[in-house]
Amino acid sequence: MSSAYAHRLDTESVLNHAMDCLHIEDVGNDLIEPVRFEVSPGECVVISGASGTGKSLLLRAIADLDLHSGHARLGSEACEAIPAQQWRKRVGLLAAESAWWAETVSEHIPEMDEHYLDALGFKLEVGDWAVARLSTGEKQRLALLRLLANQPEFLLLDEPTANLDPDSVSRVEDLLLTYCRKKPAGLIWVSHDPGQIKRIADRHFSLTQAGLVEVDQ
Amino acid sequence: MNIITLSAFDLSLAALLVVLLAILGLILQLGVTRQLLVAGLRTTVQLLLIGFILKTLFENTNLWYMAAIAGLMLLLAGREVMARQTHPYKGTWGFAMGTTAMFMSTFTVTLIALTVIINTDPWYTPQYAIPLLGMMLGNTMTGIALGLERLTQAAREKRNQIEAQLMLGHSSTQAITAIRRESMRYGMIPIINSMAAAGIVSLPGMMTGQILSGTPPLEAVKYQILIMFLIAAGTGFGTVVAVLLGSRRLFDHRQRLRLDRLRS
Repeated sequence: MSSAYAHRLDTESVLNHAMDCLHIEDVGNDLIEPVRFEVSPGECVVISGASGTGKSLLLRAIADLDLHSGHARLGSEACEAIPAQQWRKRVGLLAAESAWWAETVSEHIPEMDEHYLDALGFKLEVGDWAVARLSTGEKQRLALLRLLANQPEFLLLDEPTANLDPDSVSRVEDLLLTYCRKKPAGLIWVSHDPGQIKRIADRHFSLTQAGLVEVDQ
Repeated sequence: MNIITLSAFDLSLAALLVVLLAILGLILQLGVTRQLLVAGLRTTVQLLLIGFILKTLFENTNLWYMAAIAGLMLLLAGREVMARQTHPYKGTWGFAMGTTAMFMSTFTVTLIALTVIINTDPWYTPQYAIPLLGMMLGNTMTGIALGLERLTQAAREKRNQIEAQLMLGHSSTQAITAIRRESMRYGMIPIINSMAAAGIVSLPGMMTGQILSGTPPLEAVKYQILIMFLIAAGTGFGTVVAVLLGSRRLFDHRQRLRLDRLRS
C-alpha cells in the first residue's frame, strides 16, 4: 500500500516536472526584437530566418549567456530564480561552432553514454582522440554528445547539422527526435534546410526584423 | 664611508656623451635625436626634483608626510598599471583593482620589512621607507600589469572556450581557472628570472649604487638579497590578488562572460 502510494507520488512528481514548458516572454536585447513563444517537453520548434536576424543571439539570450530584457521561465520558475549553472544544465545550448578547451575528447565528456556514441556513429575509443585531430563534423557530433551528458530538459540547437554529411545528418536528427520524445525534452532548433524542417518541425517560426512569425506547414 | 661627490662638471661630461650620441643619430637619420635629448632632460629634472623632495623629507621625519608621499606613489603606480593595458577594465575598476592589489601586497611587505627586519627607529624613517616602498611598487606594478594584461588578452582570445564551458553548466571559476593560473605565473616570471640571474648575468642596480657610494660589498649584497625577497613576495602576492579580482570582474552574477567590461 505504502509502496504503491510512493510510486504514485513519484510518477506524479515526475509528470509535474516533466510537463513544465519553457516560456520565452519578450526575450530580446539591443540586437534582437523581443520575442514570445513557448515550447513543451516532447515538442520540436524550428526557427528559421535570414542570417543577421539574430537567431543565434536569441538562443544565447535564452541560455542566459548575454544580457537581455524579458524573461525565460521553466514552468513557474523564472530563470533569474534558478542558479545560472543549473539553468544552463537544464536548458542546454549547442553553439553553431563547437569550442574545446582540453586535449582529449574524454576530458570534455567525463561520462560517455555508449548508446548515444553508437547512435552518432562513434566507438568508445573516441574518448582518447585528440581534439585537434577531429574534423568539423566530428566535433559537431561530439559537442552534441557532450551536451546530452547533462540530460537537459530543453535543447537550444544552433544549426546542429550544418557541417555534416547526409548520413550523419539523419543520425543526428534521429537521436535528437528520439531524445525529445522519450525524455521528453523540448527542442528549439535553428535550421535553414526546408527538407529538414519538414522532417522535424512540430511548429515552425520565422525570425524577421519585425519579430517572430509562425509559418503554416 | 668615502663618498666621492660628483660635481656639476662631472655630470656635464657624461651629458656630453649623450649629446654626441644625439649628433650621431642625426647624421644616421635615426629619428631619435629629439626623443633622446628630451628623455635626457627629463631624467635630469625629474631626478633632481625627487632629490630635493627626499632631502626635505629626510630632514623632517614625520609620519603624515610619509603617508602622503606613500599614497601619492601608490596612485601613480596604479595609473601606470592601467596605462600598460591593451584592453583595460572600463570605469574606475581597472584602476581600483590594480591599486588595491598593490596596496595590500607592497604596504604589508614594506611594513614588515621596516618594523621587523630592518627595524629602524621610528619605523617610518624616510631614508629607509621611501626607497623600499619605491622599489616594491615599481616591481609589483610590473607584475600586476603583466598578469592583468595576460588575463584580459586570454579571455578575449579564448572567449569561445570559456563560453563553451559556461553553456555546459560549468561555473565561471572552472571556466577561467586555467587562464587565471597562467596569468598569475606570467606576472611572477620576471622576478623569478631576475632572482635566478642576480649576480651572474646582472649586477642589480641598487647593489651597484651602494658599492659605488662606498658600502662594503658584503653589506650591499645582504641588502640586495633582502630586497629581492621582499620584491618577490610583494610581486607574487600582488599579482595573485590582482588576477583574482580581475577574473571575478570578467563575469557577472549570472556567470556570463562580460568582455564588454573591457575597453576594446
